[in-house]
Amino acid sequence: MKFSYYPGCTLKTKGKDLDRYGRLCAEALGFTLQELPDWQCCGAVYPMAKDEIATKLSAVRALVSTRDAGEELVTLCSACHNVIKQVNNDMKTDADIALRVNNYLGLETPYHGETNVLHYLEVLRDRVGFDNIKAAVKNPLTGRKIAAYYGCLLLRPGKVMQFDDPENPTILEDFIRAIGAQPVAWGMRNECCGGYVAVEDKTQAQKRSGIVMEDAASNGADTVITACPLCLYNLQKNGGSTLPVVYFTELLAEALGVK
Amino acid sequence: MQRIGVFICHCGTNIAGTVDVKAVAEALSHEAGVVFSTDYQYMCSESGQQLMREAIREHRLTGIVVGSCSPRMHEATFRKAAAAEGLNSYMVEIANLREHVSWIHKDMKEATEKAIILGRAAIAKVHLNAPLQAGESPVTKRALVIGGGIAGIQTALDIAEAGFEVDIVEKSPTIGGKMAQLDKTFPTLDCAACILTPKMVDAAQHEKITIYAYSELEAVKGYIGNFKAQIRRKARFVDETKCTGCGICTEKCPMKKAPNEFNMGFDKRGAVYIPFAQAVPKVATIDADYCLMLKNGKCGICSKVCGAGAIDYKQQDEIIEREYGAIVAATGFNPIDAKVYGEYGYGTCPDVVTSLELERLMNAAGPTNGTLLRPSDKEHPHTVVFVQCVGSRCTETDERGKPYCSKICCMYTAKHAMLIREKYPDTDVYVFYIDVRTPGKNFDEFYRRAVEQYGVHYIKGMVGKVTQNGKQLRVQASDLLAGEQLHINADLVVLATAIEPDKTARSIGTMLTASMDTNDFFTEAHPKLRPVESPTAGIFLSGVCQGPKDIPETVSQASACAAKVIGVLAKDKLTCNPCVASSDELLCNGCSSCEKVCPYGAITYTDKEFRGPNRTTLIRRVASVNPAVCQGCGACTVACPSGAMDLKGFTNKQIMAEVDAICK
Repeated sequence: MKFSYYPGCTLKTKGKDLDRYGRLCAEALGFTLQELPDWQCCGAVYPMAKDEIATKLSAVRALVSTRDAGEELVTLCSACHNVIKQVNNDMKTDADIALRVNNYLGLETPYHGETNVLHYLEVLRDRVGFDNIKAAVKNPLTGRKIAAYYGCLLLRPGKVMQFDDPENPTILEDFIRAIGAQPVAWGMRNECCGGYVAVEDKTQAQKRSGIVMEDAASNGADTVITACPLCLYNLQKNGGSTLPVVYFTELLAEALGVK
Repeated sequence: MQRIGVFICHCGTNIAGTVDVKAVAEALSHEAGVVFSTDYQYMCSESGQQLMREAIREHRLTGIVVGSCSPRMHEATFRKAAAAEGLNSYMVEIANLREHVSWIHKDMKEATEKAIILGRAAIAKVHLNAPLQAGESPVTKRALVIGGGIAGIQTALDIAEAGFEVDIVEKSPTIGGKMAQLDKTFPTLDCAACILTPKMVDAAQHEKITIYAYSELEAVKGYIGNFKAQIRRKARFVDETKCTGCGICTEKCPMKKAPNEFNMGFDKRGAVYIPFAQAVPKVATIDADYCLMLKNGKCGICSKVCGAGAIDYKQQDEIIEREYGAIVAATGFNPIDAKVYGEYGYGTCPDVVTSLELERLMNAAGPTNGTLLRPSDKEHPHTVVFVQCVGSRCTETDERGKPYCSKICCMYTAKHAMLIREKYPDTDVYVFYIDVRTPGKNFDEFYRRAVEQYGVHYIKGMVGKVTQNGKQLRVQASDLLAGEQLHINADLVVLATAIEPDKTARSIGTMLTASMDTNDFFTEAHPKLRPVESPTAGIFLSGVCQGPKDIPETVSQASACAAKVIGVLAKDKLTCNPCVASSDELLCNGCSSCEKVCPYGAITYTDKEFRGPNRTTLIRRVASVNPAVCQGCGACTVACPSGAMDLKGFTNKQIMAEVDAICK
């Protein structure tokens, strides 16, 4: 299995672990992530404005390169995934946006959302299969109680992301079971961490992340996992808790014995 | 050549204010075949009709054109007047000079010109009119009511009281419907069972009413006055005629794991059960999904303990056929599945319940004997949060819910909130709402009592999320008036889930060829003026199957429905509308296009002998229209590729003549 891979800026700077362990695990599980040679910033925040296209262009470039390589596009950072998938949906469903983007880019073959965008977790679930991961685990994390933190970007908007049930998701819990640990049942797993508000109003982010971390701790978690560098930052810096927060890829690497 | 009279009405100034009526009468008097033309202030008045009758006599008129208001208003009046002079009613045509001309035009010249053109079109049509005779069909004096909830019971009782036989078909083992599950009813707070169960007994004891419980409608054929229905009597594995309802089998049944539907699954019942103490008919039913004897052939305890020998493990479904003059749909509703709203935690947090479940938790005959206890740990809740509009009033983007207001939730939530505060004053009660809608007699007063006397906290805003937080539930919500986010730690959350038509309504609607809207509510013949009739003749609507309703409204509609049914059954013969489709057998090629588009099932095909060339006989498949079922919609005349179908009174020739006259 070979996929085009879009790491994104954060995974090259603050979120190196998410990327590094992700690649190691892919190797261990037998699929190849081919980094797109010419990727640019995804746009960072999904641009909802209907009247401008500039913020969507870099995402479209990544999608087009993948299409031309005849592959599917895998992402790892929740935020990049959200932006690229939403832009792809725009190209597929909004004729006006597609027309203007194609006119601007002047591609040989116009792009209309043909590329399939997958999150790394979807590859684990739908392509590798959690049962096969279970079989590949060398150091099962038996006895560990892991709280799966989804945040908002992986799941919403549900109709576009089509990742899991946005209110009652199960993919991360199934992942935790696959690596031999026990998922914690908790309510705040798909609440917002505070996101970019942290830049402007730290107290808001502290309030949001605080609620999340408190809920994870009070339900007996020993670790919180996430797929989002921003969530990780907020929960660690603004969560007001000593509970460790790590990327899901790090735990997977630990279980597969490649850490 | 017809001898046509033209009568132009002023309608006071309604028509005459914009149309030069004298000029219209004058212009039309020169049309071919017109032997008399006049105008009058009020054509529909007694003296206006007299004028028409005299003209028919004096000028030996064979056709009439009235230039007046819409035919919906006074066509019947003028037809009657013509008939009184011995002229066939269908020789009268109306040119609509009010709704189609004077009310929508301002310029007198323009309006007058249009009025003359419409008059000409009507004259052209009358030239081709032929006298039509309305046929008659007999009436079976028995009604079928589908559904045994309060709507069906009330309709059946009213029809039976008028002296007609009624059958109630109910799919569950007992009649009573949703109302039987309710605790108290708003706004009077009388106990639902206390007012419903006597009616159930009345229905059971009425000599004119037959109840087919645990039965479903299988097929329906026929038309108004002459329906034939097949009813499937599902096997109860208990002989209804022998069972005394003593209940000993239900006590002795060793299989106690079946969820009790009547208590919304909060407790268990046996495989053999009687849904509740006042069930009608009060006979036991064996649930084949749980019965050990039926599943494995081992047990048979109920058969041994039954003194009446009523248990029959070999019972089979039975199909009976009955004839009816009229059919009533009273198929009722169900709350939607609250699980689709994952954010409210229903299905994952045991202490999030629906309003119907709360009814059982507060009912003296319910699983907690009327003491309000949380499902998770049977503790008394101290903070209760109600969420309104769960699945109601949804925008297009929310496919999980319904676009309409479920209408009953505001009032029952006020009732729940009030009853909880009344019984347990130490409990804090919050109600989150979008709007509080309480129109109805004594309804708003009731809601205000909940707020003002009982101190229920009404908060405008919606709940965004409910999560388990230890033993409690954390409710995240917005207070739109204060503009702030709220976090409430609640012990019990109650969801006022939207109501939707029962799942069986769609298939029953198809059997009855009764039209439905996109939400599967039955459509009424006219939303204002014929609210209890389906557009299909002989099918009537009772209760929530037509749209959300509370109990008083359901009962009034049920009685109105009964009155309409009695109106049909009271007649010995029904007059049919003569403006029906008919097929020219010589042109028909038997393609079935008309049968496919007919919404009333009025068209059937027969193999008929025709004389061929050289004295041979040909057998061809041709359409034939049942005039008693045909409603004269004309869909078949458009669909017919060979032009064999035509609508009497509105033939293709007549319509083309009108078009020609307009385009001349």
